[in-house]
Amino acid sequence: MIHYFAGNLGHFFVILAFVSAILATYAFSKNINDAQDQWARFAKGAFYVHAIAIFGIVITLFVMISNHMFEYHYVYNYTSKILPVYYQISSFWNGQEGSFLLWMFWNAILGLILIRTNKQWRAPMMAVFTFTQVFLVSMIMGVVVFNIKIGSSPFILLRDVINDEIFKLQPDFIPEDGRGLNPLLQNYWMVIHPPTLFLGFAATVIPFAFAIAGLITGKYREWIRPALPWAQFGAAVLGVGILMGAYWAYETLNFGGYWNWDPVENAIYVPWLVLVAAVHTMLAFKKSPSALKASIILVMATYVLIVYSTFLTRSGVLGNASVHSFTDLGLSGQLLIYLFVFIILSVWVSARVWKKLPTNKEETSAYSREFWIFIGATVLCLMAFQVILPTSIPVWNELVEAFGGNSNMAPPADQVGFYTPFQLYFSIALALLSGTGQFFWWNKMDKKKLKQAISGPLMISLIISALVFVLAKVQDIWFLLLLTASIYSIVANLKIFFDVAKSNIKLSGGAIAHIGVAMMLIGILFSSGYSKILSKNNTGLLWSKEFPDEINQNNLLLFLNEPRQMGDYSLHYKGMRKLTNDFGYIDINDIEGVISPIEVTIARNTISSTGEELQRGDTVRLINDENSYFEVEYKRQDESSFTLYPRIQINASMGNVYSPDINRTLTADLYTHVRTFPDPKQETTWSDIEEITVQPGDEFFINDYVARFIDMQPVTDLDGITLGQGDVAVKAIIEIDGEHKTYTAEPIYIIKDKMAGRIPDYVNDLASRITVQNILPEQNSFVFGLSTTQKDWIIIEAVEKPWINILWLGTLLLTIGFGVAISRRYTEFKKMRDKGME
Amino acid sequence: MKKSHIFGIIVIAIAIVVIMSTAGDASAYVTFKDAKEMADNGNANKIHVVGKLPKNANGEVVGIEPSPDMLSFKFEMVDENNEKQTVFHANPMPTDFLRSEQVVVVGNYQNGNFIAEKILLKCPSKYQEEDVKV
Repeated sequence: MIHYFAGNLGHFFVILAFVSAILATYAFSKNINDAQDQWARFAKGAFYVHAIAIFGIVITLFVMISNHMFEYHYVYNYTSKILPVYYQISSFWNGQEGSFLLWMFWNAILGLILIRTNKQWRAPMMAVFTFTQVFLVSMIMGVVVFNIKIGSSPFILLRDVINDEIFKLQPDFIPEDGRGLNPLLQNYWMVIHPPTLFLGFAATVIPFAFAIAGLITGKYREWIRPALPWAQFGAAVLGVGILMGAYWAYETLNFGGYWNWDPVENAIYVPWLVLVAAVHTMLAFKKSPSALKASIILVMATYVLIVYSTFLTRSGVLGNASVHSFTDLGLSGQLLIYLFVFIILSVWVSARVWKKLPTNKEETSAYSREFWIFIGATVLCLMAFQVILPTSIPVWNELVEAFGGNSNMAPPADQVGFYTPFQLYFSIALALLSGTGQFFWWNKMDKKKLKQAISGPLMISLIISALVFVLAKVQDIWFLLLLTASIYSIVANLKIFFDVAKSNIKLSGGAIAHIGVAMMLIGILFSSGYSKILSKNNTGLLWSKEFPDEINQNNLLLFLNEPRQMGDYSLHYKGMRKLTNDFGYIDINDIEGVISPIEVTIARNTISSTGEELQRGDTVRLINDENSYFEVEYKRQDESSFTLYPRIQINASMGNVYSPDINRTLTADLYTHVRTFPDPKQETTWSDIEEITVQPGDEFFINDYVARFIDMQPVTDLDGITLGQGDVAVKAIIEIDGEHKTYTAEPIYIIKDKMAGRIPDYVNDLASRITVQNILPEQNSFVFGLSTTQKDWIIIEAVEKPWINILWLGTLLLTIGFGVAISRRYTEFKKMRDKGME
Repeated sequence: MKKSHIFGIIVIAIAIVVIMSTAGDASAYVTFKDAKEMADNGNANKIHVVGKLPKNANGEVVGIEPSPDMLSFKFEMVDENNEKQTVFHANPMPTDFLRSEQVVVVGNYQNGNFIAEKILLKCPSKYQEEDVKV
């Protein structure tokens, strides 16, 4: 039966959210000039209704997902019955509608906090804030007005979206199960990365709302104070979100790293850079009014860029340019309107009062802190510019074509090679500035003092760099410069940290964050700049003369149980495994029956990877039936070893997805992923049958392995075959010595209704098949048929990433630094507010 | 001249360098014919070619030849002008390759052969199913 009520309720909440957002916007803007309590109360009420409606949408959708209402398109398309609760939550961001919903959800929560924590700012700021919410809710409206579809609703019935014959015959048809969650999202990082990122998205609107509110109400300077902690919060959360995404990509995707300069990564990296620049000019503003205009521009640019990145990733304009693709829901028009409304709003509001904004008449001195912060902010903006320009190439193409031109520009063919050099040059400048700028921040500087202050850190960092240069053999001049600059930044900021922390630890946020950034730069420098493909094929064996010589082959072919040397390691592929809930990995060949997709029975006594002894007939639970793992053992020359389990997920609707496995040590990660393996859908081709005649006790060879014919035994129980009077079944018991263990094969020979039947047995690890061809009773011997196939194999790529842990450690420090700074700035704001100033 | 002017000029100069490098390094969507011309003129830039894999009457993809060690392969591809070209790729065949609806190869002609550095696949039904499984 179709649950109409859930969908209708969801629809109702969406409409309610939309209407209440409009009402709240109107009421808050009325409340700006008209300070009557009525409007204030009405506006607040409208927002509370709005927040309840948003939570209502989220809860309704979640109930639909957890109750498996597959009559709904969203539920059918992105979930299935076996998903655990945390992946049911993840399915929210599998679809566009759900991820818009997540964004709105955070906005609703932030809005409630802002209403509580602000007094004088509440009306103008919330007017802008709720206005953005109107646009977001419209994205999931799913109503048609004048033949124009507005938004795409998560509450549409499956039959209204998909044109399938079945719905003509059976309008009430409900599929048994859904299509399931995108396998790439089935990772714990994917449970927390999108919420973090969208919290960052949502937070960026707050400084924007304060800026617009300040300019509208004539409080040109005062908006900075309440906006600053939120800008820092946004920058921190967005930064953490981006790095979580990078970490997820590193663990799950198989492009071999954590950052690929993919348009979707760029689209969020750019607003983050601009937001960080904005935070810096806002800090500088406290002492110099000239930073005000810059802060206004940067804060507004951040939000516009956030909307632009939403447009890029969700309108389908990126097309083939990205690996992350949202389905195009036909929202491009709506997204464009959203974008243009906020560009026009920003420009219009600023232009109106631009002349009235306070400025500095005097030239900024090179020894002032503002000067250094300005340069730093400019470098950040240039970094952003260098990334957004090529990322927008698909947009340029569309623009040219909209004006009747013809443009076939494509993104740079080698993205890493294109973006990295510029970002590297700019990062050197950033590291130098973040080291030096801090001295100006805390002290009044002149030429002599500056010399004094920086000579110490400079000397220390030069010595350390020289050491690293010798020990780590950093010889590329740019790498060396970045390394030296980063070490300098760390040393200088450490000095500042100890000076500042002595008086008040709360002031040390900046120093900690800058140390974090410098460490991240060093981590990136080593893990990416010196990442080494261990599986590089340098045998020089070329199969095709047409191939140019300089092409490197980065992959290694491993046959089952045939160890191969790769650099310092001996690699040994041991076979395919399944991951169980309780016993670690088990051999795929030891699985016999399937009770349900995630419950299987064991075929023979075996030992799991955790050392558990499993008996024939035991039932074990698999974590996910779609996942298989390739067990690869790495042995060093000193016989120490570790085992990696790179993964393949075979998903019926989404194809094969490979994920790497990583061996982590303090100094380096060893990253291995499988490129390809024999297609399980392809039928095995067996060699022609070779017949041998043997007697019990004989030894023979199969596929070059020694086999022993132990005995012939009668069989009474046969799966699926009932033996009648006069029918006979026997099985041969054959032991075969493999490289690492002995296998038993039991082919069966049946005589049923006077016809001979043969059930072969397979030993997959040995690529062998054995049949009992014939029985020769007068000679007491048996004829076996032997055939072989290609041994199981995998092709892997193995990459070493040195010192990647410095990157993650730096990220942690950056976050802590932001945390300290946020708490300080928020306390400042609270003090002023409680004095009745704000 | 004021310091801010000098600063402004430097920023603009850097921006121009960035724009020039973007224009210079941007790739292009072209056909095999154009790609060949580019290579003949000594232009070694990597370009994008969009096309399909040729199929026989039974709908099976033809013209694929893996190397004996399986680490690389070559295949035939028909571009939007219906020009057929053998393409080399120094990686094993991607698993979804045969099921792809559209193939984009990124690379260039080297010694008269097209070497694909990257292969982008567009697979049907990867994210959206058109019918319901019953």
